[in-house]
Amino acid sequence: MPEAVHHHHPALAHHFDDLAQQKEAATLGMWVFLATEVLFFGGLFLVYSVYRAWYAGAFAVASHELDVTLGTINTAVLITSSLTMALAVHAAQLGQRRLVILFLVATMALGAVFLGIKGVEYYHKFVEHHVPGPSFAFEPHEYARHAQIFFSLYFIMTGLHALHMVIGLGIMTWMLWWAWRGTITAEYYSPIEVSGLYWHFVDIVWIFLFPLLYLIGRHA
Amino acid sequence: MSEHIVPTRVYYTIFGILMLCTYLTVQIAVFDLGPLNTIAALVIAVLKATLVVLFFMHVKYSTRLTWAVVLSSVFWLGIMLALTLSDYLTRSWRTFG
Repeated sequence: MPEAVHHHHPALAHHFDDLAQQKEAATLGMWVFLATEVLFFGGLFLVYSVYRAWYAGAFAVASHELDVTLGTINTAVLITSSLTMALAVHAAQLGQRRLVILFLVATMALGAVFLGIKGVEYYHKFVEHHVPGPSFAFEPHEYARHAQIFFSLYFIMTGLHALHMVIGLGIMTWMLWWAWRGTITAEYYSPIEVSGLYWHFVDIVWIFLFPLLYLIGRHA
Repeated sequence: MSEHIVPTRVYYTIFGILMLCTYLTVQIAVFDLGPLNTIAALVIAVLKATLVVLFFMHVKYSTRLTWAVVLSSVFWLGIMLALTLSDYLTRSWRTFG
């Protein structure tokens, strides 16, 4: 048995013909997972749509309480992290180990900045009593009940997104280790590619969250 | 096909368009366009997501099987949204606001 697989690439699993087939399977597997993620977040976007249609006035007023400047900065930060992620994959395809490491670190740093800014925003919401629960307070008072629904959705959706970011940082730490120890080569870069798909997906979720949460009350 | 290497110029261009779209969506939101505000925001978001999927996520260069999975995820999402909203948004006896 060891003789039979001796000429194979060390990263090639025995049930695949070659690395190209293995990469295709890995990519497809990640996309199937992402399809379930689309429906997972989709359920929340659906709930948002129904409540927003019902309580459009309260949602606009509550949305106005969010910090558009921080939200916009975070959108730019996340888009930039997607660029560095794409460049990390590109470097991996060319077997440029140092560049892979550099772009992965940049991606992680931008992800950490995003979470830091999100933390500042959450802190403001706690101070302003805009966190749903017994201490929730909102002016004007007639909107309070429905504004609480908006903020519940805000925390659930951005919280779940932030959790995905934390998991993404974990995956990138793992990829950084693999790139560091030389597992990632021009022949075998699919782990970086597939991790990148996950990272870009999380970016896409934010691309929808940002206008729907931050921008609906701007003209009110 | 699996060895397709996209020139970095493409990534920088897409990045520029995404940033421009972010600026546009923030600027448009300030004007009161009625229901067009939401439509404009969603059109820009869909455009941005499509660019990310096609170029950053390499779907433009991927197999037909990958295309099928990507399109079916959007299709299923469409079924979920359309069927549920066709119920909730047509309950005319309900007081909106």
